[in-house]
Amino acid sequence: MLIGVKDILKLFGISIIACCAVFVCTLFLNYNIDIAAIKDEVTTEAGKAMYDAQVLMGRMVAGVSGGCLVITSVVMLLFYVKNYVETHGKELGILKAIGYSDMKIAKYFWVFGLSVLVGCVVGFAAGYSYLPKFYKAQTPDFQSSVPAVSVKFHPSLCLLLTAAPAAAFACVSVAFAYIKLKTPVMNLLFERQADKVKNRKRNDNNYAFLKSLFIGTLKNKKSLVFFVAFSAFCFSAMVQMSYSMNTLAAETFAYMILAIGLILAFVTLFLSLSSVVKGNAKRIAIMKAFGYENGVCGRYVFGAYRPVAFIGFVIGSAYQYGLLKFMVAVVFANVQNVPSYTFDIKACLVTFVLFVVVYELTTYLYSLRVRKLTIKSIMTE
Amino acid sequence: MIEAAGIRKSYGYGENKTEVLKGVDLQIKSGEFVVILGASGSGKSTLLNCLSGLERVDDGKIKYEDTDITAFSDKELTKFRKDNIGFIFQQYYLLPDMTVEKNVRMGADLAGNADYKEVIEAVGLSDKLKKYPSELSGGEQQRVAIARAIAKKPKYLFLDEPTGALDEKTGRQILDYICKLQIERGFTVVMVTHNGNIAETADKVIKMNSGEISEIYANLKRKTAYEIGW
Repeated sequence: MLIGVKDILKLFGISIIACCAVFVCTLFLNYNIDIAAIKDEVTTEAGKAMYDAQVLMGRMVAGVSGGCLVITSVVMLLFYVKNYVETHGKELGILKAIGYSDMKIAKYFWVFGLSVLVGCVVGFAAGYSYLPKFYKAQTPDFQSSVPAVSVKFHPSLCLLLTAAPAAAFACVSVAFAYIKLKTPVMNLLFERQADKVKNRKRNDNNYAFLKSLFIGTLKNKKSLVFFVAFSAFCFSAMVQMSYSMNTLAAETFAYMILAIGLILAFVTLFLSLSSVVKGNAKRIAIMKAFGYENGVCGRYVFGAYRPVAFIGFVIGSAYQYGLLKFMVAVVFANVQNVPSYTFDIKACLVTFVLFVVVYELTTYLYSLRVRKLTIKSIMTE
Repeated sequence: MIEAAGIRKSYGYGENKTEVLKGVDLQIKSGEFVVILGASGSGKSTLLNCLSGLERVDDGKIKYEDTDITAFSDKELTKFRKDNIGFIFQQYYLLPDMTVEKNVRMGADLAGNADYKEVIEAVGLSDKLKKYPSELSGGEQQRVAIARAIAKKPKYLFLDEPTGALDEKTGRQILDYICKLQIERGFTVVMVTHNGNIAETADKVIKMNSGEISEIYANLKRKTAYEIGW
């Protein structure tokens, strides 16, 4: 077996993100389908306005959250496939050398889609079992004017949110692996990166080594930059949004958003930081052999991501503000008794302090792993 | 002077424990070119790693002049390597996403050496400053590794099979660079090899066998890299 169970287990990050995406989509899409059945029974103006707002909100949340999480899962999947091809260059190179075609090898990568299937099934099951509570939280305002919405199972939605994404992700894995496997056999065998060099802009600056290391860490690991920014984005947006949700919507919503946000933030942060350590293991070991201190290695490798994390935090704050403002101003424009929404500076500051503490603590814990890296460990690889 | 007394080093635990160094004693004078010669598994690389402070010994002492590095904390050992030691490995271990210049600066910046370009020139790579390691041949990559180590202005240079991955012509060229630079700059060299011919370029040869020193002898006359067999 080319790709083992251990390799699949490493994709737990994708499973968790897929789980969150499907959980959110199951709640809102199932609700949208079910309330369509009572559309004709809503006769009052207030009821109609609320109905339209609920439908629009369902579409928007499923679209924005689901879409955002799907994009992240795709990026994460591509990152894993690329990483797998790079770290298993020798095995893959040998297969190619003895005559296996790129497509024949790439076909094995369909198993990467299993991680998505697991996440989607768990997400759908969790979402479906949470539906009764969710319906209750969604409808209290107009339950008096319309009949209660009952939970129904929709097989087509189930397939759309489980089998379809898994199949799509399996295809993406195979296609991307096929592209990556186009690397010449010798480059795979000797883990060369010749093609990258061809496209690389010549580095003519006169920066000191450590400054170059700092800049290079960001330039050469763009996917990690994305993940660090995304984890800060999730933390910032979801924690602040859950704070505002307490006043704008039901408390259950606030907890749900907080939980999803924290799960996503931690999964992506752990994934990116462990990849940072793994991706920089050789250079850190060499630097340490030459006499660079642990602190210096950690500072210049992890420190490069700090500004990225702060940018992610700012974007997350702006995103949650824009989304909630839009919800209140457009989606619930015709609904009565919706409280006004303004940017919550206190929530932002508290979230920021919390974020700095969490981020620095996590980075510190990962920097302890840097201390264990030795030249011996890379010699015996 | 480097002085090692009763060095012992084992790997593994319990039944799987293997004693790689079984009480090694040796002395290396300052400015000497020493080759540690031995077959695969004789413990020569482990001895090199222990002497250079990359690995800790289980027992015994390693003194540089009067400083016992086995008593150092990790931090002190790192500082000691920073101030005194240079390394060249068989697999080069260059940073793939950095140019020749940046790789050399990795060593040079540690010593505050602003004249690092002079070292690059000494190994004949002035025209490759902006090249990446993957654009260089094996011999050129090893020359970058030499420049990186020398630019650090080490008092002691440790080399682990520096010609092991190279063909004869390139191997001789690399060895020639190392010998010339050592004579020119006067640092102490400790080189590990399994090639008996290479030992003829050294002042002193320490032969290792099954974790012990089997023989120590001095060459009456050091041969150049082009005078030895391969």
